[in-house]
Amino acid sequence: MEAFYEWARVLYENTGINLPFIYDSYDRDRMINGFFMTVKLSVTCLFFSVVIGIIGAWLQSSPLKWTRRIVGGYIQIFRNTPPLVQLYFFYFAIGTLLPKVTNEYGGQEPILGGFAWAVISLSFFAGAYNVEIFRSGIEAVPDSTIEAAEALGFSRLHIYKDITLPLAIRVVLPALNNNLVNLVKTTTLAYAIAVPEMLYEANQIWSDNVNVTEMMIFMLLVYFVLVGVLVWGMNRWERALKIPGFGA
Amino acid sequence: MAWTDDQPMVSIKDVHKSFGALEVLKGVSMDVMKGEVVCIIGPSGSGKSTLIRCVNALNDIQKGSILVEGQEVNDPDLDKLELRKKVGMVFQQYNLFPHKTALENIMMAPLLVLKDDKVEVEKLARQLIKKVRLEGKENNYPGELSGGQQQRVAIARSLAMNPDVMLFDEVTAALDPETVNEVLTAIKELAQDGMTCMLVTHEMAFAREVADHIYFTDRGVIVEHGSPDTFFDNATDPRTIEFLGQIL
Amino acid sequence: MTMKQSEKNILPVMMPPRARPADKFRLKAWHGVVLAFIAVVASIPAFAAADPTRASMFEVLARWVPLLLKGFVFNVIISMSAMAFGTMAGAALGLGQISLNPWVRKSAWFTTQFFRNAPWLVLLFFAMFLLPFEIKIGGMTIPLPDWLKAMFGLSLPVMANVSEIVRGGIASLPSGQWEAAESLAFSRTQVLWRIILPQCVKRMLPPWMNLYSILTMATVLASIVGVSEVMTLTGQALAAEGGRSDLLIPFYSFVLLLFFIYCYPIARWTVRLEKKFAVIN
Repeated sequence: MEAFYEWARVLYENTGINLPFIYDSYDRDRMINGFFMTVKLSVTCLFFSVVIGIIGAWLQSSPLKWTRRIVGGYIQIFRNTPPLVQLYFFYFAIGTLLPKVTNEYGGQEPILGGFAWAVISLSFFAGAYNVEIFRSGIEAVPDSTIEAAEALGFSRLHIYKDITLPLAIRVVLPALNNNLVNLVKTTTLAYAIAVPEMLYEANQIWSDNVNVTEMMIFMLLVYFVLVGVLVWGMNRWERALKIPGFGA
Repeated sequence: MAWTDDQPMVSIKDVHKSFGALEVLKGVSMDVMKGEVVCIIGPSGSGKSTLIRCVNALNDIQKGSILVEGQEVNDPDLDKLELRKKVGMVFQQYNLFPHKTALENIMMAPLLVLKDDKVEVEKLARQLIKKVRLEGKENNYPGELSGGQQQRVAIARSLAMNPDVMLFDEVTAALDPETVNEVLTAIKELAQDGMTCMLVTHEMAFAREVADHIYFTDRGVIVEHGSPDTFFDNATDPRTIEFLGQIL
Repeated sequence: MTMKQSEKNILPVMMPPRARPADKFRLKAWHGVVLAFIAVVASIPAFAAADPTRASMFEVLARWVPLLLKGFVFNVIISMSAMAFGTMAGAALGLGQISLNPWVRKSAWFTTQFFRNAPWLVLLFFAMFLLPFEIKIGGMTIPLPDWLKAMFGLSLPVMANVSEIVRGGIASLPSGQWEAAESLAFSRTQVLWRIILPQCVKRMLPPWMNLYSILTMATVLASIVGVSEVMTLTGQALAAEGGRSDLLIPFYSFVLLLFFIYCYPIARWTVRLEKKFAVIN
């Protein structure tokens, strides 16, 4: 690995192409931390947004009119307003209302930090799309199949778990994958509230080293590869789950 | 080298066609003289649709030769547009252009491809509408017509280009039984007017009545062929007899 | 999402979703009321702690509304221009993706994927930092103000998405249309422009409108790179009012409301168009 770092330093000396995140250990660590932060954000938000999606889809099939309307209202609000403003709303507006705790330096800091608010905000944002996706998946399971299950004596929960969900998942997987990819891209918004994800660290590096061009191109390449790998992985998973004779 | 009437209009010699690893045509040969009506019958997957789609270069062939009026189709330098002016095709799914009326569907090709005069083309189109017995439906869109009516418009559309050969790919297979007859009548009249026709069909009674020659294909080869009487009454190959036994 | 119904052997699971109970919402007004209600309820704690000598937060908000509206208009301008440029470039790219020339096809595909995979914020930074602040053509010097660079930055993801919409729209047409047209000796250009594209435009309209809605919401990203639009102005207004924490919720709620009022009708219209075109087909 040392040889690779040296090569980057030589590259800088000879051509002026400055890649400090390779040859400089401090910048290298910053970049790697940023990458893992992006991954952490994406995975956490993915998990919670799926949970929100499943719960929301379940609530939307409730016989109570107001339950349906509240969930419907939530979806429309989160889908038709900018996620950045939602993030600011959560972090600044609601965040300042919450009680403060004393941190280890004796200073006052809000009880939930930037990362937590980013997760909350982005999970609700992605969750709003997921509710629609899961609902269309559940509705794609025909009544006749459910009736057959009822006739066999399945309880409502069992039907949902063993019949509806497995079939629905295969229907919704393409849309869900699309959502996941968008989620990974949307994590860059956390930059605005100083969460140290990849874009934030890249910004720090180019502020120190004045190598914006290299950092920008590197960013584009990293996301290209990251998203590309994700899409490829998702396609593999879709194909693995495919039921023969089923699907367009 | 110039083609004359006494040579076959369509001459298929030892044609092999594969889709990837699957060989669909395994050495098919036949000759169609001018004015002849040829019916190709056989079980699904036997390659009959693939065969006639090779005649107007919708499918390419790996080995063999197809001559249409002396012009080799299996030629990388083939002028496909010139070939398709001579060969008309009617599809199982009609494939009318949904954004144009019946009359416009018929007029489009002569106007845009042959660049004929608009007044002449309109006259021709109205004549063809009358010929397929659809007076009054000129200004209807395909969505407003029944399957049988759409198929007759499709026939008229191909005839408008004044082709020398007409190919029919299972044109009644997607129709309700009541409407099958109106389409078959149109084809019969066409044949009686002297048009060279190659039909892939399941309609045995029709084939018997109209065809000059019948070819039976199974698994990519021509198993047996003959005039309708010889074929239906005195078939010799066991596969032919089995197939006829199943459908008659 | 619309499913292909031309397959004869589809299992019943691939049929379109059954009709939902017709919950006819009173559209915008209802949701606006909910949003306002939430904003009011959420500001009650701040209200309770308010200093009676200071102006009430709604009075303050009312003072700033004209400026914020002007800022929002600028967001709309940015979104419309980015949409225009992005659509033109994207349409060309989309047609490139179905070109018969393998070089054109591969580079169009690569460009589309490259700009689709990148986060919008990164592309915005890319444009802001890497475009020069002025360009010299011939003897003329043309200045490139920040908002122009932001517009260009936002038109890049639009271009990539339009390219996919165009390619997807063309691919969604049954191959029978191509075959019938080719069998009638139409040249490829004729097939594309006379038969395929006229049919595609209708089905491309809903995702295109949806993209515009997303783009409009993305214009606030420009505030991060220093372009003066509604979010920047909100920040400045809050600072001018002395950083009062009780103003945060009303101001941010107002911005959310602005976008909601603009984007929600577009979303409903898109849904109506989708249903209409599904019926026609």
